[in-house]
Amino acid sequence: MTYLAKNLTNGGRELIAFRIGDQEFCVNVMSVREIRGWTPATPMPHAPRYVLGVINLRGAVLPIIDLSARLGMRPAEPTVRHVIIVTQVKDKVVGLLVEAVSDILTIKDEDIQPTPDMTSEFERTFARGILAIEGRMICLIELEAVFPHSESEAA
Amino acid sequence: MDMNEIKEIFFQECEEQLAELESGLLRLNDGDRDPETVNAVFRAVHSIKGGAGAFGLDDLVSFAHVFETTLDCVRSNKLEPTQEVLKVMLKSADVLADLTNVARDGGSVDQARSAQLIRELEALAKGEAPPAASAAEPAAPKAVAAKPAPVAKAAPVEPVVNEHGFAPVAFSFDDFGGDEDEAVSDLPAYDIVFKPKSELYTKGNEATLLLRDLSRLGEMSIHCNMDSLPPLDQMDPEAAYFSWKVSIKTDKGEDAVRSVFEFAEWDCDLEVTAMETGEASESASDDLPMQPVPFDLSALDGDLDVPLGVVEEEEQIAAAQEAVAAAETASNVVQMAGNASRAAASEKSAAAAAAAQNNAQQASSAAAPTIRVDLDRVDRLINLVGELVINQAMLSQSVIENDSNGVSSINMGLEELQQLTREIQDSVMAIRAQPVKPVFQRMARTVREIADITGKSVRLVTEGENTEVDKTVIDKLAEPLTHMIRNAVDHGLEMPEKRLAAGKSAEGTVKLTAKHRSGRIVIELSDDGAGINREKVRQKAIDNDLIAADANLSDEEIDNLIFHAGFSTADKVSDLSGRGVGMDVVKRSIQALGGRINISSKPGHGSVFTMSLPLTLAVLDGMVVTVAGQTLVVPLTAIVETLQPDAAAIHSFGATQRLISIRNSFCPLVDVGRILNFRATQANPVEGVALLVESEGGGQRALMVDAIQGQRQVVIKSLEANYTHVPGIAAATILGDGRVALILDVDAVVSASRGQSLQLESSLAAAG
Repeated sequence: MTYLAKNLTNGGRELIAFRIGDQEFCVNVMSVREIRGWTPATPMPHAPRYVLGVINLRGAVLPIIDLSARLGMRPAEPTVRHVIIVTQVKDKVVGLLVEAVSDILTIKDEDIQPTPDMTSEFERTFARGILAIEGRMICLIELEAVFPHSESEAA
Repeated sequence: MDMNEIKEIFFQECEEQLAELESGLLRLNDGDRDPETVNAVFRAVHSIKGGAGAFGLDDLVSFAHVFETTLDCVRSNKLEPTQEVLKVMLKSADVLADLTNVARDGGSVDQARSAQLIRELEALAKGEAPPAASAAEPAAPKAVAAKPAPVAKAAPVEPVVNEHGFAPVAFSFDDFGGDEDEAVSDLPAYDIVFKPKSELYTKGNEATLLLRDLSRLGEMSIHCNMDSLPPLDQMDPEAAYFSWKVSIKTDKGEDAVRSVFEFAEWDCDLEVTAMETGEASESASDDLPMQPVPFDLSALDGDLDVPLGVVEEEEQIAAAQEAVAAAETASNVVQMAGNASRAAASEKSAAAAAAAQNNAQQASSAAAPTIRVDLDRVDRLINLVGELVINQAMLSQSVIENDSNGVSSINMGLEELQQLTREIQDSVMAIRAQPVKPVFQRMARTVREIADITGKSVRLVTEGENTEVDKTVIDKLAEPLTHMIRNAVDHGLEMPEKRLAAGKSAEGTVKLTAKHRSGRIVIELSDDGAGINREKVRQKAIDNDLIAADANLSDEEIDNLIFHAGFSTADKVSDLSGRGVGMDVVKRSIQALGGRINISSKPGHGSVFTMSLPLTLAVLDGMVVTVAGQTLVVPLTAIVETLQPDAAAIHSFGATQRLISIRNSFCPLVDVGRILNFRATQANPVEGVALLVESEGGGQRALMVDAIQGQRQVVIKSLEANYTHVPGIAAATILGDGRVALILDVDAVVSASRGQSLQLESSLAAAG
């Protein structure tokens, strides 16, 4: 939280950073509705591997995405220490399973460096930029790309 | 409130008036001769006409006018409301409803039909009622003569008649100076001459509004000077021709009077003269200042009708009745004009409007007070209450788990909470509940139309039309019901000659009843026709390969064959029932509502269709089952029976298929866990439970699940809201432990078992 304190006066955008394995990622805090602990999800038939299932979020049915699997990394083995970041893009609300929330960052747009020119699918689909914060590298993720797509949207 | 909103309210009111009109006509048809019924019918048409006039819906106005004229003959006892007359009138009511729908939603109306009915109505008003026609003729000049003089003069005794006075004032068709009572007041009086120039209007000012503002200062009387109005052919529609002379009594002073015209004074000639107290201040006690435009239009409309009323012999009474009708129109429009009207009316006119409203209310047999609420708000409330119920269940469950002896005060409190939430849920559901009456009324129309086309004589008897059910159910009920009614009249009832030969009355009866039975609504449609011709049905089923030629079927089984796809027993495909949709479509739409349909028939005595529907679509009765460690809910309506398979009853069929024999018939076994990809290999059927289900195709399947947990009412939650449609899953719900459980889409699972892939089907659906 030290970085936040330093930059509060500068304005700019706020990001929420979280950890998956040894990597750090962040999303815009404006898309985050809440952060809650892991609860077992009800598996969905015929769902992609990264969709862990659905949980009850105060009466709404909330799909849970294993962000690690979604980004092409090793599927998570959820424990009580995992957290779910409840995010909203347009009118859809989706929970992202991550290992832990690490920081809230306030940055200026020019702090975001372009992603290196690589041909990995991850870079093309999900990464929107990288940040160098106190010697750490944090990758900014495009939320919309993470959300599960229905057939009609893909068509 | 903009014009569209006002218009929307008008159409909503039209719907109510149309319902009123139809039920009134039907009461008359049943022999009710209460003058109040006739009046109610008349008022309904009149109100529609009045409102339609305000919105310039000319087709509607002209039809309503002719209709109204004929109804007026009935009202004044010049035309006996015989069956024939009422038949024309009921048809006219249908056309009026069509015209209203066209005015709202666009589209076109059957011009020939409405023209034909206009002729019939006119014939009724003139030809079949000679006394009315002859009375009208000598009176006609009188009516014309009466026109320049407002009705307020013609019948000053009736206070309500003064309502008509609005029109001349507002439109400045007449001078009210002569009518005003001389009264003395102590307030200072001013004489104002207000002559707008054309520029006033081009700048968006409005004389009416200025005069209305002026009327807020105190009592005033207005005289419009139309001397400069040229003949119509020389008139420039954008020019200003009128001027007004206003006498006002106010204690606000001359400055206040001038300030009204503050923004308009460069574009008009304005003279304000202070008068001696009491001198020119004429009390306008019977007179009313300016009203907002919608009000005026309708009042004007009422005024135009007055000559019709005056034509009658009992002039006073007629005028009074007319006035009541007009008052109702006025009150409707008052409601429409909303705040504008209220703000506009000075104390006196407000009182008069209130009086009009009172009259209208008295006239329209005082309905219970209601409010219109946006459906979204109700649905939101229902959702919230659904969550409350789930939360309460979760809380109870965890308390029970932690409190083994179950005597703590928390437990007692929880029980009360449970009762309260139940009550809240019931009350909230009741908000969405609506009587089935509107749908039943629509059926009356369907019966009339089909009886006409087929040349049969049919009477529709409805019972329990106040039975309430969820609005969504009502909305989706109309279509299958219309289809069934068509079938009942077209196929069920015989032609009159045949009926007489069979010893029945020539008129066939179709009976539609609704009632509540054990938490569901049961709708019964019965006819006293020939009943189902079982031989014919059987032969047809054999021809269509639905059954084997030597199949041994019970009467009931034969009757139910008509629900198979593509089944129609009528020899010739008539333009009514043979539209390629059969009873299978009816059955499917009823099933889609979570309902069931049954038929029982007695040859020679008719058939009875019984539909049982859930009261709401927000909750569902389901069987909670376990499949591969997951909890699923199977809609109870789909389940025919449950059974514990016996190893001897399971037969392998080909490489992967297995059949189960149930009472000597073989039924395919479907492993739900396999279909939903919850497990890789088929489970051993002997270890599980089979649910015998009936799918939309009519075929039976035995769904294999691991265990049955119990039966429960569950709140339906959408999966699509945050996720996508999942093949094989209809929706989700939240169980007492707070976990999400999926509701099985039985039809999709059964069709998947026929070899169609679930995935494929869903992508097709998405593409389509």
